[in-house]
Amino acid sequence: MKILVLIGNVPDTTTKIKFNADKTAFDAAGVQWIINPWDELALTRAMELKEAPGSSIESITVANVGRQETEATLRKALAIGADKAIRVDADAQDAFYVANQLAQIAGGFDLIFAGVEASDYNGAAVGGMLAELLGIQSVSAVSGLLVEGNSIKITREIEGGSQTVGVVTPVVAIVQKGIAKEPRIPAMRGIMMARSKPLEVVNPVATETRVSFVSFDLPPAKANCKKFTEEQGKELINALREEAKVL
Amino acid sequence: MNFEFSEEQLMIQQAARDYAQRELIKDVIQRDTTATFPTHHIKALAELGFMGMMVNPAWDGGGLDTVSYVLAMEELSKVDASVSVVVSVNNSLVCYGLDKYASASQKEKYLKPLASGKKIGAFLLSEPEAGSDATSQRTTAEDKGDYYLVNGTKNWITNASSASTYILIAQTDPSKKHKGITAFIVDKDSPGISLGPHEDKMGMRSSDTHSVMFNDVKVPKENRIGEEGFGFTFAMKVLEGGRIGIASQALGLASGALERATAYAKERKAFGTVIANHQAIAFKLADMAVKVENARNLCLKAAWLKDQGKPYGIASAMAKQYAADIAMEVTTEAVQIHGGYGYVREYHVERMMREAKLTQIYEGTSEVQKIIISRDLVK
Amino acid sequence: MSVLIYVDNTDGKFKKAGFEAASYGAAIAQQAGMKAVAVSLGKVDAAELQKLANYGINNVMSSADERFASMDNQAAAKALAVAAIQCNAEIIVLAHNNLGKAIAPRLSVKLQAGLVTNVTGLPTSLSPFTVNKNVFTGKAVGHTTIHTPVKVLTLSYNSFGLVEKTTDLVVESFDTGLGQADFGLNVEQTQQVTGKILLSEAEIVVAGGRGMKGPENWSGIEELASVLGAGTACSRPVSDEGWRPHGEHVGQTGKIIAPNLYFALGISGAIQHLGGVSGSKVIVAVNKDPDAPIFEAADYGIVGDVMKVLPQFIEAAKELKG
Repeated sequence: MKILVLIGNVPDTTTKIKFNADKTAFDAAGVQWIINPWDELALTRAMELKEAPGSSIESITVANVGRQETEATLRKALAIGADKAIRVDADAQDAFYVANQLAQIAGGFDLIFAGVEASDYNGAAVGGMLAELLGIQSVSAVSGLLVEGNSIKITREIEGGSQTVGVVTPVVAIVQKGIAKEPRIPAMRGIMMARSKPLEVVNPVATETRVSFVSFDLPPAKANCKKFTEEQGKELINALREEAKVL
Repeated sequence: MNFEFSEEQLMIQQAARDYAQRELIKDVIQRDTTATFPTHHIKALAELGFMGMMVNPAWDGGGLDTVSYVLAMEELSKVDASVSVVVSVNNSLVCYGLDKYASASQKEKYLKPLASGKKIGAFLLSEPEAGSDATSQRTTAEDKGDYYLVNGTKNWITNASSASTYILIAQTDPSKKHKGITAFIVDKDSPGISLGPHEDKMGMRSSDTHSVMFNDVKVPKENRIGEEGFGFTFAMKVLEGGRIGIASQALGLASGALERATAYAKERKAFGTVIANHQAIAFKLADMAVKVENARNLCLKAAWLKDQGKPYGIASAMAKQYAADIAMEVTTEAVQIHGGYGYVREYHVERMMREAKLTQIYEGTSEVQKIIISRDLVK
Repeated sequence: MSVLIYVDNTDGKFKKAGFEAASYGAAIAQQAGMKAVAVSLGKVDAAELQKLANYGINNVMSSADERFASMDNQAAAKALAVAAIQCNAEIIVLAHNNLGKAIAPRLSVKLQAGLVTNVTGLPTSLSPFTVNKNVFTGKAVGHTTIHTPVKVLTLSYNSFGLVEKTTDLVVESFDTGLGQADFGLNVEQTQQVTGKILLSEAEIVVAGGRGMKGPENWSGIEELASVLGAGTACSRPVSDEGWRPHGEHVGQTGKIIAPNLYFALGISGAIQHLGGVSGSKVIVAVNKDPDAPIFEAADYGIVGDVMKVLPQFIEAAKELKG
């Protein structure tokens, strides 16, 4: 079985969000880039599956759409333990653009992992679009995944509970928190081996963007917090009813 | 000149940071309070490859450069200097000495498990009456044909009870003074070895420190490192590199305390504004930042010289003396910036201040480093 | 031309997110001079379908095919595409919940439509079609233009609210034309959490952080939640420590919630946590640290010991709900 893990390159989650002067683009100055948190968990789960005794996983490939500066993120994925990386050499535009690029390299994989969303533009769309473009099944809100021969057993979150579903490969698993406990820290040996692993660069296919950002705004600042003393718990609850009218 | 780190170096730094900020932070206060050895952390760090970072991969090490080691030591020490001293002793005293000077069969038997972190080591040099002055060794190793018979006491031994392998420095020919000193590999389980009580230290409380007593301990001949009389040179060479480890530890304590103090100063309000806006605090932070940056540059310079195969003994002495001294200053200021909160355990900086003190003392006091630096100037 | 709204059901019942999507879709339909058509997949009885008449929906296309209960994303997207083409939909609205997030991307590919997820309000312009969406997990808003003739939107929860508007609803059943081969998901087991308010639906959420000291102190949080009819949640360190299940973790990498009222008890409010709760209408914070960042985000706050404040909250809430 061959696994593909989609890897997003996103600003560190502690980044203070700022935009350029005309507010048309994210200001990336001084930003530290990381593997999108859900993608990192997906990769960790893929590694666990590969390392399990009697595993049928032959290889783990990671892929992204991005320029050369995003290769550090792919190499971190290789350091964590992926066998091969593929980079589609283009600026990631809208979700459809990215999905359409990935569709050209995603054939032939049995299990494709995508994170539930990217922590920057919160698109939550690439995994589902890719599955549709490939004409294969997708399962979303995945918090657990086991490989049993040719079929995949998935635990997914549904409104008000969870559900175990079986699905035959190929499939796109769109994962969220819980898929792996914590992202794996690359070992020294993995870091030193990362550069000797294959990183294939692929040219993009022509794709029209369907959606674009015109501009950005920061949310309006909150009014000052109204403070009560440690003894005024009741007064606060009353204010929620009389003043804020939320009780 | 190039001040850029390689992608691998940055990844190693991040890996150490992730482990420290995610795992070490969880129980660092508790282990300090109860003086508990970080067994599970050392096992995890071994699996990540932090216990034999610079050892040749042929002997199960990481084959990394010293710059990477400095970066990793700084990150681990920002959170937990008790863990980082275990890492430092194993890497730069034990593994380095064996990698550089031990025979192939010794490496096969002893270095492999140490470099992979399956076992840890200790370095036995200090004695009750020979601390910083390593020339006057009282521990003796008497040639008995097939083996040496060791007698004496070693003091302040980091990892003494948790280590499996000791690197021992002892006198084989007292008449030759320091030219009669020899280095050995000793199994800790050897009959005749006993440990003194666990030292109840001011800081670094989660690392285990004991004195080690040798009473007619038989050490096989094949466990001698190099020739008889090579021990003093061996110890001095090993300590040159060891200083980079402790300098980086001191650097981590200082930069960790600076990070905490800065974050606190940006949050804590007094007189209607965050205290970072008060010049008294802002200037403290600026002074601390300059010291930290100087210490970092000294550490990296010493590491770079070592990686280039150039002499680095003076550079590592400068790094150790300066980083240790500013670690003491910066952690003390960090406590001051935190005010009352800085004096309680929950806020970490009081522990860092206690830990910083030891970096001025062990592996050569700041005064000894100044002797090394000044002797080189006036020679 | 019409606006098509997918209203999803759980065991034949619509949820608030579905009614909110209906309200929102109806409002766009009015703005654009189109018909508001809802589509329902799976067995939903007439009385339940009729509820959509309260939220401005003109027509409901209902497929009572029970196979949709498996929540097969591929099949659902195919069925919705059939509905969209049948009613000549120009704009398709889904809730940004688990199901909506799963189906919308597939549907947008089928219809060659531009997709904007996590939309926070009505279009600011119909031509070019421009909507606002949450980006950087609520830390910013992106003004987004869709260039394609057909548009797919998913609506961020509690960002529009329920708007009551009574209509003469026309219910028609429709045939999706899906065959057995279109359903490829085998549901083996379903665990419904019962007797608890769902975080995704909760109007009020009571959350605890590390300041609660330990899992043994959660009875207070549960009591307050039960009195107020609220859901319970926690910060990341709490779920990492195993004090509470991961499903309760709210924040950037956990659940994103937007209740009307959010209690942050003993939560300092790291930037990642705020990202997950900043959509809340009113935030109450209790923390012993006066400089905790949660107070920057909160509307009402108490600097003090949560163990002392929580019993007062419970007592006051009991009196209120008396």
